[in-house]
Amino acid sequence: MTPITRDRPFLLLVALLVILSVAMPLLTGTGLAPSRYLTNAIGQLAAFAVLALALDLIWGYLGILSLGHGLFFAIGGYVVAMYLLKHSFVVTGTVPDFLQFMGWKEFPFYWAGFEFFPYALGVAVAVTLLVSGIFGYVSFRSRVGGVYFAIITQALVYVAMLLMFRNDTGFGGNNGMTGFSVILGQPMGTSGMITALAVASLVTLALVLVGCRWLVGSRFGALMLATRDDETRLRTLGYETLRLKLIVWCLSALLAMLAGMLYVPQVGIINPRVLSPELSLEIAVWVAIGGRGHLVGAVIGALLVNALKFWLSSAAPDVWPFILSGLIVLVVLVFPNGLMDLAKFRLTRPMGPKRMEPNRMEPNRMEPNRMARGIGEARP
Amino acid sequence: MSLTALLVDGLTVRFGSFRAIDDLSLAIDYGEVRAVIGPNGAGKTTLLDVISGITRPKQGRVLFDGAHDITRWSESAIARAGLRRKFQKPSVFEGLTVRQHIAIGADVGFRSRLDAPALEDRIGEVLETVGLAEQGERLAGQLGHGHKQWLEIGMVLASDPRVLMLDEPVAGLTDEETERTARLVRALVRPDRAIVVVEHDMDFVERIADRVTVLHEGRTLFEGSMDKVRADKAVVEVYLGR
Repeated sequence: MTPITRDRPFLLLVALLVILSVAMPLLTGTGLAPSRYLTNAIGQLAAFAVLALALDLIWGYLGILSLGHGLFFAIGGYVVAMYLLKHSFVVTGTVPDFLQFMGWKEFPFYWAGFEFFPYALGVAVAVTLLVSGIFGYVSFRSRVGGVYFAIITQALVYVAMLLMFRNDTGFGGNNGMTGFSVILGQPMGTSGMITALAVASLVTLALVLVGCRWLVGSRFGALMLATRDDETRLRTLGYETLRLKLIVWCLSALLAMLAGMLYVPQVGIINPRVLSPELSLEIAVWVAIGGRGHLVGAVIGALLVNALKFWLSSAAPDVWPFILSGLIVLVVLVFPNGLMDLAKFRLTRPMGPKRMEPNRMEPNRMEPNRMARGIGEARP
Repeated sequence: MSLTALLVDGLTVRFGSFRAIDDLSLAIDYGEVRAVIGPNGAGKTTLLDVISGITRPKQGRVLFDGAHDITRWSESAIARAGLRRKFQKPSVFEGLTVRQHIAIGADVGFRSRLDAPALEDRIGEVLETVGLAEQGERLAGQLGHGHKQWLEIGMVLASDPRVLMLDEPVAGLTDEETERTARLVRALVRPDRAIVVVEHDMDFVERIADRVTVLHEGRTLFEGSMDKVRADKAVVEVYLGR
C-alpha cells in the first residue's frame, strides 16, 4: 500500500474536509456563507460518507458483503432520536406526537435516562455491539460467508423494519419520530445549529477517514486483505480469522451507527424506511461506484450518488431508480472498480510517465466475474 | 524430543461412501524428506488436509511429536504448533507485497511480536533462501507462477516449522525452476524438521526424497527408497506404468 505521505487522493480529501469544517463557521454572517439548504446537504452527505466507509471496511478490505448495514445506521438514528425527543420534552415540555397517537400518558419505562446524551450514546454503542457481535459470531463461527452472509444480513434488516413498523413498540411505529426541538440544551433549526451539525459531521468524517487509513495501512490491515484474498491460507498460517472478522465487523457496525447518529438530527426525522432493504443495497452501490477497497473511492461514491439523488429526486423523481440501476449495470460491466477505473484512464494516459499514481491498488482490479468474489465463494 | 515427527495411526477419512483414506498408518521422522506419491484419488492431498486440520477423520489419530493427537485441533492451532503447509494451488494473497507475506508467515498475531529490525532480518533471510530477494516490494498478484510457488514456500518457512508440508511444489514449473526448487527443498533439511512432499514428478521426487510412500486407494502400497519404488511390481502396475 502507498505510504500515507504519498497517498495524494487521501491527503487531498482530508485537507478539503478540514478546510470546509473551518471555513463554514468562519463564513457565517458574511455574503459567502452557504445557504441553510446547502449547509444541511453537506452535513447529510458527510454522514452518508461515514456510512460508506463503514461498508468499505468490511466489504472492500475484508471481502464480506453486508446488505444490512442500514440496521446499524438505524440503531444510531433511533437512539439519537429518542435522546432528542426526551431531551426536548424535558426542556420544553412538548409531548412527542407518537405518545399522543397511542394515547399514552407517559414514556415507556425503557425511555428512562434518554434525556442524557452520554447515556444515549452508551446505549447506542452497547446495542450495536450486542447485535453485531452476536450476529457476527454466529455467522463467522459457522463459516457462513459470501452470498449467504449477504442474504442473511438483508433478511435481518428487513425483520428489523417489520418490527419497527409496529406502533406498539414505543419507538414511533410507522410514523417514526420527529419534532426534535432541542439538542444539548440548544434550540434546533437555527442557522448556527445547522452549521454546527454539518461541521460535526465533516469533522467526524475526517477522523473516521484518517482512522480507517491508519488501520488498513497497519499490519492488521494487511491481515484483513489476506483474509479477503484467501482466508483458509491465513488460518493455516496460525491466525484466528474468526476474531479478526468479528473485530472488523463490529467496528464497521459502530461506524454505521455513528453515521446514523449524525444523520437523524440533520434530517429531523427517523422512520422505519431507513431499515428498508433499498437503503442497505444503496450503500453497497455507493461503495461499488466509488471503488471497493479504496477509502477515498467510497467517500466519493457516497457523495456523487447522493448529490445526484438530492438533485434528481426533486428535478425528476420518477427517473431516479432507473438512473441508479443504470449506474450499477455500468459499474458491473464496464468499471468493476468503479471510479478508480476511470481515474486510471484519465491520469495515467495524458500525463505519461510522470503519473500521479492514482491507483496502486492493482490487487483490487477485479475482472467482472471477480466482482462476485467474496460473494460467490462457498466453502465445503 | 521424539524421533518421530508425525505418527499416522489407523486413519480413515470418508466422503459419503467413498473412503479417501482407509485405515492408513505411517510414521515420518525428523530429519527426513518424505515423498508421498500415488495416482489421482489415492488420498495424498486428503492426508495433508487431515494433518493440517482442514478435514476431520472418521477414525484414527495423528500424533505430532509423539505426544499430541492433532486431529481435533483447529487449523490455526496446528499451524501455531509448528506444522505448516504449502497448498497444491499456489495460495498467496494477491493484494499484498512479497515482504508482507513473509512478515505474516514469520510471526503470528494481530500485532507483531518481533521487533522491527528482527523482523526485517528474518524477511531478508527467508527471501534470500527462496530466491525472491529482488521481488520484495512486488504485489503477489503480479508474480509469475513459479515465483508464487516459492513465495508460498517462503511464507510457510518463515516461522521455522517443525513439519513442512509441500503439496505439488513443482506443478507447472519449468525444468530450470524445478531444479531450483529441488535444491531449495534439500537446503531446508534439518535434524529437527520433517518435510513431507506430495508430487507427481518422479525425477524431482528421486532428487529430494529420503524415503517414498506410495499411496493407492487410501492405503500404503509401498514404502522405501525411490530405487525400490521403481522396481516394485505393484507400484509399476497401479501408478508408474511402463
